[in-house]
Amino acid sequence: MTVKWFFSIENRYLPPIFITLILLAGNLSFGLLESFSRTALAIATSMLFEVALGLLMYKKVPNFASAYISGISVGILVRSPEFWPYALCSAIAITSKYAIRWRGRHLWNPSNLAISVMLLLVPEFVATLSIQWGNTIWPMLIVWVLGSLIVYRAKRLHITATYVASFLALSLLRSAFTGDSFLAEAAPITGPMYQLFIFFMITDPKTTVKPRWAQCLVAFLVAVAEMILRLGENIHAPYYALAIVGPIANVIEIALTTKTNKTKPVAKQELAAA
Amino acid sequence: MRRGFVIVLFIALLTAPLLYKRSLARRKAAAVAEYGFTMAESAQAAGIRFNHKAPTLDPKLDHIMEQVASMGAAVSVVDFDRDGWDDLYITNSGEGTRNALYRNMHDGTFRDVASEVGLADVNSRETGVSMGAVWGDYDNDGFEDVFIYKWGKPELYHNDGGKHFTRVSELAGLPQWVNANTAVWFDYDNDGKLDLFLGGYYPEDVNLWKLKNTTMMPESFEYARNGGRKYLFHNLGNGRFEEVSEKMGINSRRWALAAVTADFRGTGYQDLFIANDYGVSELYLNEGGKHFREVGKESGIGAAPKSGMTASVGDVLNRGQYGVFVSNISEEGILVQGNNMWMPKAGAGLQFENMANALGVELGGWSFGAQFGDLNNDGFLDLYEVNGNVSLDQNRSYWYDYSKVAGGNRAIISDAASWPPLKGRSLSGYQQKRVWINDGYGQFKEVSQLVGVKDRYDGRSIVLADLNNNGALDAVVANQRGPVLLYKNQVSAASHWIEFQLEGRESNRSAIGAQVHLFWNGQQQLQQVSGGSGFCAQNQRRLHFGLGKVPTIEKVEIRWPSGRIQTMAGLTADKIYKVQEPL
Repeated sequence: MTVKWFFSIENRYLPPIFITLILLAGNLSFGLLESFSRTALAIATSMLFEVALGLLMYKKVPNFASAYISGISVGILVRSPEFWPYALCSAIAITSKYAIRWRGRHLWNPSNLAISVMLLLVPEFVATLSIQWGNTIWPMLIVWVLGSLIVYRAKRLHITATYVASFLALSLLRSAFTGDSFLAEAAPITGPMYQLFIFFMITDPKTTVKPRWAQCLVAFLVAVAEMILRLGENIHAPYYALAIVGPIANVIEIALTTKTNKTKPVAKQELAAA
Repeated sequence: MRRGFVIVLFIALLTAPLLYKRSLARRKAAAVAEYGFTMAESAQAAGIRFNHKAPTLDPKLDHIMEQVASMGAAVSVVDFDRDGWDDLYITNSGEGTRNALYRNMHDGTFRDVASEVGLADVNSRETGVSMGAVWGDYDNDGFEDVFIYKWGKPELYHNDGGKHFTRVSELAGLPQWVNANTAVWFDYDNDGKLDLFLGGYYPEDVNLWKLKNTTMMPESFEYARNGGRKYLFHNLGNGRFEEVSEKMGINSRRWALAAVTADFRGTGYQDLFIANDYGVSELYLNEGGKHFREVGKESGIGAAPKSGMTASVGDVLNRGQYGVFVSNISEEGILVQGNNMWMPKAGAGLQFENMANALGVELGGWSFGAQFGDLNNDGFLDLYEVNGNVSLDQNRSYWYDYSKVAGGNRAIISDAASWPPLKGRSLSGYQQKRVWINDGYGQFKEVSQLVGVKDRYDGRSIVLADLNNNGALDAVVANQRGPVLLYKNQVSAASHWIEFQLEGRESNRSAIGAQVHLFWNGQQQLQQVSGGSGFCAQNQRRLHFGLGKVPTIEKVEIRWPSGRIQTMAGLTADKIYKVQEPL
């Protein structure tokens, strides 16, 4: 991949390409997936719902990039020996974009909401990716470097950086609270689940607030909420933290923006968001 | 209108899993009447009063002691005195504790004779503590000898006529120290003498009582290759063994927890299946007794890494083919690996697919030992699985802290010092056991609570054996830091059975590796004599077949390890047949 080619690709296609590369490399080298068929089911369901609901609501086939990334995220992050949770999780993710909207914007990151719902409703069938890919540092470094390049290209590196810095600083604080070593507290962020979380979930353009300073503030608040949940020994703290803080931030922004900008036609905004 | 439809769809999607769970619960309740057996815990009444104690390892591990010292409770079945009644050997793991050999007194009770025969005092800080034992007549004198594997020095004891045991480890040429959790007897080259596989868990240069450093933990939760080495001891026939693992192609440092052998391809040679913790399973194909070739990945069993804890072989669909059950970890919402039920695919080549989900045996908690056996004599193999990792404070869980390090980088997870302290919390403790009944139509139903299996100890090793010679498979469970349980099985008299006690002559005398293919009432089932299966366990040597309500036996084919095929006809149900290999 040349630098010129890399910088010429449209922003919205970078994450799907990157996440696909992670998936292929991870599975071929470490067999990280439950199976390709489950991931394929998640992606197919996601795209099917996107097409059906896009046609139903706007009579137009939406761009597939968003649905693809939701499906593949579900396919990687959800761990279940069953097939149906992959399909259901993807269906919930995509449907949520169309069902839960306020003033033309959806509030939750779709895959974050869907995974949180699955973890709450059917924990006996579903867990999330919680282990390393392989046992060497190289896969981790490659993902971090490439991921950073992509979010930099998408002008969202500050969100990732704020979150990582906050997580590490708060790990120190947690370590002081719990008495566990700093390494133990910081260990989760070295795992692949966090790589997907910090590069794709918290940076999702559709569900993050607009001003740069506010994006950093929200990333910090997600890390704080996560710390509180972690002190309560909640294993899925990052998902729940984003599911709580993300929509609150969006609601505040939408409320403030629509007060000052009531002239923008909602229908056009809706189509863009979908 | 359209928006309304989408909102209704969204709500329907959210409620779908709850409806699914309700329908599953209804299906379970509806099946109660069909089982045809009950199990009653009766260890105390039978004279089995044994409590397992765990070791106290190096103080550097104090903060996670219960998690590290979480294995060692094991049970194996043997008729050590050749009186025709199965006895039980049970291991302990506390330093200075004693193992027990419960002699079957023929009246439903047992008496511990381990001290009298010299098999009790084997656990110490200096020589290590027991993890399990497997029995095999390595010198073909007619009496079963015992190999005790430890976190420490492995020991071989010769059975002197069923009256006493003599330690012969040095003569046999066993290594000084192996941190092993699995061993299995089998005659890999069919020379009539039993060989021995021994699988290391922690590396053999680690003395868990005198740690040089704390970086002795697995380097990854699912991709670890820094465990103990494997040993294959070839029986030279004069009480000596030669270690040939590398020469024979068995060269792995995965964290082995269970091994089982079976002739998966019908070659007449025993292949070796290893279930590994922190990684994928391995399948070593036996190439004519001359070499082993690892085919885990290409056969399908080595694709997705999990936490293999047990390995049990059974012809669960009555097709004359073996499947392999491997237990893993499932903890609600945290780590749902699911068990593996590897079934051979139809067609050319040895390919397996995981049918645990389809068969209904995938979710078993933090699973350990499991065994196949026809518990209700209906003609189909059932599956009994024990589970539960560390049961301490019932209201506080270590899972959150465990998940932090399990997801951490190699430098973090491999160092015990990085692991947060357990502080008396449980890690998948107090779990409900699983008794899965095979309905004969490709589905297993979980019935533990309904048939009387209600304990919540940390189960490790389970064996199935007809301890009363009455055609019902009883279950004996060894629990970590807990009592040994004996579940006596009461089976409906309407269901019939047949059992085969084999003795090799040209083949090894224990007949390990011999296969019995039973044809009855238009059905078939294949079973083999095993030199160890499950987790740190060994079932009865005798093969037990349930026959259901119509016991019309057509024929029996026995394939001996020597290659000899023996056919028997005119057999009647509800009998134990003692069969010697014809010469």
